[in-house]
Amino acid sequence: MSKLEPQALTPAPTTVVGARVASPRKRRRYSLLSGRDKILLFFMVGVPLAIFLVLIWGMTLVSVGLAFTNWDGVQPIKFVGLDNFTQLFTTYPFFWPALSHNVLWLLVFVFFATPMGILLAVCLDRQMRGTSIYQTIFFTPVVLSLALVGFIWELQYSPLAGNGFIDSALVSLGIVSPANAPDWLGNSSINIWAVLIAASWRHIGYIMVLYLAGLKSVDPSLREAAAIDGANERQTFFHVVFPVMAPINVVIVVVTVIESLRAFDIAYIVNHGKNGLELLSTLITNNSISEASLLGFGSAIAVVLLVISLVPIAIYLTRVMRSEES
Amino acid sequence: MVDSQKPGLLSGGQVSRREVLKKGLIGAAGLTVLPAVIAACSSSAATPTAAPTAVSGQLTGKLTLGNNHSDASDLAGVKTINAAFKAATGLDPTMNTVDHNTFQDQINNYLGATPDDVFFWFSGYRMRFFADKGLATPIDDLWAKVSANYTAGFANSVVGNDKHVYGIPVDYYPWCIFYRKSVFSTKGYTVPTTWTDLLALCAKMQTDGLTPFAFGDKDGWPAMGTFDILNLRLNGYDFHVGLMTGAQKWTDPKVTTVFQTWAKLIPYYTTGYAGLTWQQACDTLVRKTAGMYFLGLFMTGEVATVDKTAVADIDFFPWPFFGNTYDAEKALDAPIDIVMISAKSPNLAADLVNAKAYCQFWSTGATQMMMYQANNGFIPTASDADTTKLDVLTQKAVQIVSGAQRITQFLDRDTRPDFAGANSMQSFLLNFLNTPTQDLTAFQKSIQDFWDKLPNYTG
Amino acid sequence: MSVTVMAGQRTTHNRARRRLSRVGLHIFLSVLAFIFAWPLLYALYMSLRRYGDIVANPNGPFSLPSTLSLDNYTFVWNSYPFLGYYWNTAVITIPALILTLWISSMVAFAISKYSWRFNLLVLMIFTAGNLLPPQVIIVPLFRLYNLTFANLPAIPVLSQLSDNGRIYDQFIGLILIHTTFQTGFCTFVLSNYMKTLSKELVEAAMMDGAGVFTIYRRIILPLCTPALAALATLLFTWIYNDFFWALMLFKSGDKRPITAALNNLSGQFFTDPTVVAAASIMAAIPTVVVYLLLQRYFVSGLTLGSAKG
Repeated sequence: MSKLEPQALTPAPTTVVGARVASPRKRRRYSLLSGRDKILLFFMVGVPLAIFLVLIWGMTLVSVGLAFTNWDGVQPIKFVGLDNFTQLFTTYPFFWPALSHNVLWLLVFVFFATPMGILLAVCLDRQMRGTSIYQTIFFTPVVLSLALVGFIWELQYSPLAGNGFIDSALVSLGIVSPANAPDWLGNSSINIWAVLIAASWRHIGYIMVLYLAGLKSVDPSLREAAAIDGANERQTFFHVVFPVMAPINVVIVVVTVIESLRAFDIAYIVNHGKNGLELLSTLITNNSISEASLLGFGSAIAVVLLVISLVPIAIYLTRVMRSEES
Repeated sequence: MVDSQKPGLLSGGQVSRREVLKKGLIGAAGLTVLPAVIAACSSSAATPTAAPTAVSGQLTGKLTLGNNHSDASDLAGVKTINAAFKAATGLDPTMNTVDHNTFQDQINNYLGATPDDVFFWFSGYRMRFFADKGLATPIDDLWAKVSANYTAGFANSVVGNDKHVYGIPVDYYPWCIFYRKSVFSTKGYTVPTTWTDLLALCAKMQTDGLTPFAFGDKDGWPAMGTFDILNLRLNGYDFHVGLMTGAQKWTDPKVTTVFQTWAKLIPYYTTGYAGLTWQQACDTLVRKTAGMYFLGLFMTGEVATVDKTAVADIDFFPWPFFGNTYDAEKALDAPIDIVMISAKSPNLAADLVNAKAYCQFWSTGATQMMMYQANNGFIPTASDADTTKLDVLTQKAVQIVSGAQRITQFLDRDTRPDFAGANSMQSFLLNFLNTPTQDLTAFQKSIQDFWDKLPNYTG
Repeated sequence: MSVTVMAGQRTTHNRARRRLSRVGLHIFLSVLAFIFAWPLLYALYMSLRRYGDIVANPNGPFSLPSTLSLDNYTFVWNSYPFLGYYWNTAVITIPALILTLWISSMVAFAISKYSWRFNLLVLMIFTAGNLLPPQVIIVPLFRLYNLTFANLPAIPVLSQLSDNGRIYDQFIGLILIHTTFQTGFCTFVLSNYMKTLSKELVEAAMMDGAGVFTIYRRIILPLCTPALAALATLLFTWIYNDFFWALMLFKSGDKRPITAALNNLSGQFFTDPTVVAAASIMAAIPTVVVYLLLQRYFVSGLTLGSAKG
């Protein structure tokens, strides 16, 4: 046993980034496991797994089941077939706006926030003076809760009568008249954009750090080779660095998609997700965890969200599986 | 804030206390046809006895209270009352204060899960809805003890569909148009009594650089008040109630008229109203950048929070008339707040005696006056309330309500809760306010479609 | 690192051009940094101002202050039980954090160091579940949380941790859902990390007859310290920042952690933006401080999760 004392061990690697250890999986059974050890291992995995299965996947299945009922939480459950879905897709006026806002959220993240985060990462990867200060500033929003992000941005976006900064500045500088001051959070055609700016504020820093770490793990000799071949920085990035970053790129895509589907807090803080800020997540909450208590209907929306979420999840799992096999 | 106005109370021109009481109580009937109220009123409620409902004696055990009075002044009032209850019974209620809007959002879950023993709620359809679902405890025995302190109007507002009593009325407040007297006198404005006058006044205020109507609809419900009053004044009480309960259709041309009329008012609202809370909108009235504000009397509490000295400068008038057959109804929203006992509180079996004692405590005028003193927006409902202590504003509110022939609660209290939420009626009204020129036929159809798809519930 | 290697090969002309582009980059980054910092700086500025000052000024908040003070902070601190909200956050965050790290390190250990038929499946169940939007499960979860277990003698520990016979409206309930959700992520990260550790150590230990638990406790956990530290920083922030679960699974206003409590109070705040700002800053302080102090761990925590995938 004495050989097993921690101090006898090799020091732990301080970071795995860059340590692209492709440890070949040995499909070898440990015959040394005693019966007691096997039971212990079984519990180590089994208990958490059971809880996880019940709380997450079990509840997901119940949600799917409830989607075919019109349960109000009190009266007996009655199955209504596809009624909830028909209503969602045809007459319910807030479903398509919510879905399109989620899609818009995704598009803005994919075409603006995520590329912006990548751009910042590339800029900061150049080992310039002040890099750490920039990094700290860009990343700070990420540690704030989305609810707090909502409060902080409301100080900017409130209408003139609510002492919002932007409108006060625009009016004071004579750019708009008080009567024409934009209602950033109340105008249903612009408030989603206002909220998206606040959400991007947080997302950009998140992507930046993820990507920066990936960039640091790229083998320097690759860039040197590219430089010797006469490639400029842009060419080096797109033709050399970007392709070897493939694993990180998948993570970035998944994070971006999942964050867009999870969008909830800011819209909920601003106005509970109505008047131009409808999202699938707020629609679920407003219909089921609210005075309305339309649990069946809310669950149907949850099923739609689930089905959409399974796409990025599947992509991610495929990726995980492939890396496990290699 | 009350003291400064006391001298005015005893001056001439006031209706007698008895008169006020009687009429006020008639007026406060929720969704009740008037003749029945009058008949009941004359028989049972005309003789308020002196404190028939006082609570005394030592109580043991526990009591939990779900409190939605989260605004500073209201919370202070509830705390004062709890202290008084403790002084009288030795029992200190454990209070769970939740933001008013959040409390309402979560009421289903709250009542269906582990509610507190006693909670504050709304009378009318909203109370009956939860009583029907078995989420409230009937309190007929307690009501028998305290009913002498209430008129039939209030009595009706707490009766469930099963004819059991589910609540004790604790306060009510009318929805009126508020303004600052100093602004009206400096600018030479007069109180409008007709719709035409109101529009003319709005135009005048706008040229004077004022926002004619303060309005903040970020929370979604303030717009409902305007829909209610317009529908009541244009189409009458019966149609309005029918619309709320599903007997009338939202596609009715009468509803179109309401929206068309409303559209004329929208240009006079605060810029950015959809991004403002009602409190922020109230602030613009206090700061004299807005001329009028249509809201419940509870807004005086917010006025006091912003600027205590401004309260004495606040006055109000009922919504102007359209010159049609419904003028005579003088209908308006005057919601009644109640205190109820939940059904699923885990401690209820042990706490029931205490819970009833607490509700009984709230049924006295003395208790209700404590709430009134914390926020003058809460008009006492008990007959033995010392109305000589009501300020001029409240006296006037009582008068207006008692003069009304028809009273409604409020859109989100008069209709089913799943119709009045954030992604239903609140959104529909915001949608209309954003684009009042839209195709109203299609718009009204989308509302009716939504109603038609709600799960069956006969309340 | 690559820069130093290449520097020697550059011509003077190139160097001048590089300096120019570097200045341009600095300008670009500085402007962007200011835009990024602005909302927080402004919140800080607002929190020090007086509402009366803003109202009196024709330019509203777009103005210089006559005075700056900490009055808003003392007001918020004295008017609302902030200490209690911080405490609630701590009571939820710290146990959830420890439990998550403990459980996920065990699971990761078991699936990365021993071959099981279902290793990959287990990992997929955890990882995929972690990615689900919480709204998908909230309706049934809410019902589940409200089932009463008071009469079940089998779980006596639970009944001591709950004062209403359920896990709804209880700290234990929030700890449970946080631990469960986060275990998905942490298991994934830790199992990847453990795969990079040398197998020889474990094998040598087994030859010496060490049991599974000894290996986990004495070899694997110490080796995982950097990963655990990084994850702890991340978990602290995520659980601290949770809004949804706290909003949905608590009914008691005074049990809510700080982010959800802030929403609970917002109705009273909203006329006065200076108070909103002060309360927001107060709620932001713990995570920002943790971030600034432990920035290194923070960043490596995020990268751990993504480096392999």
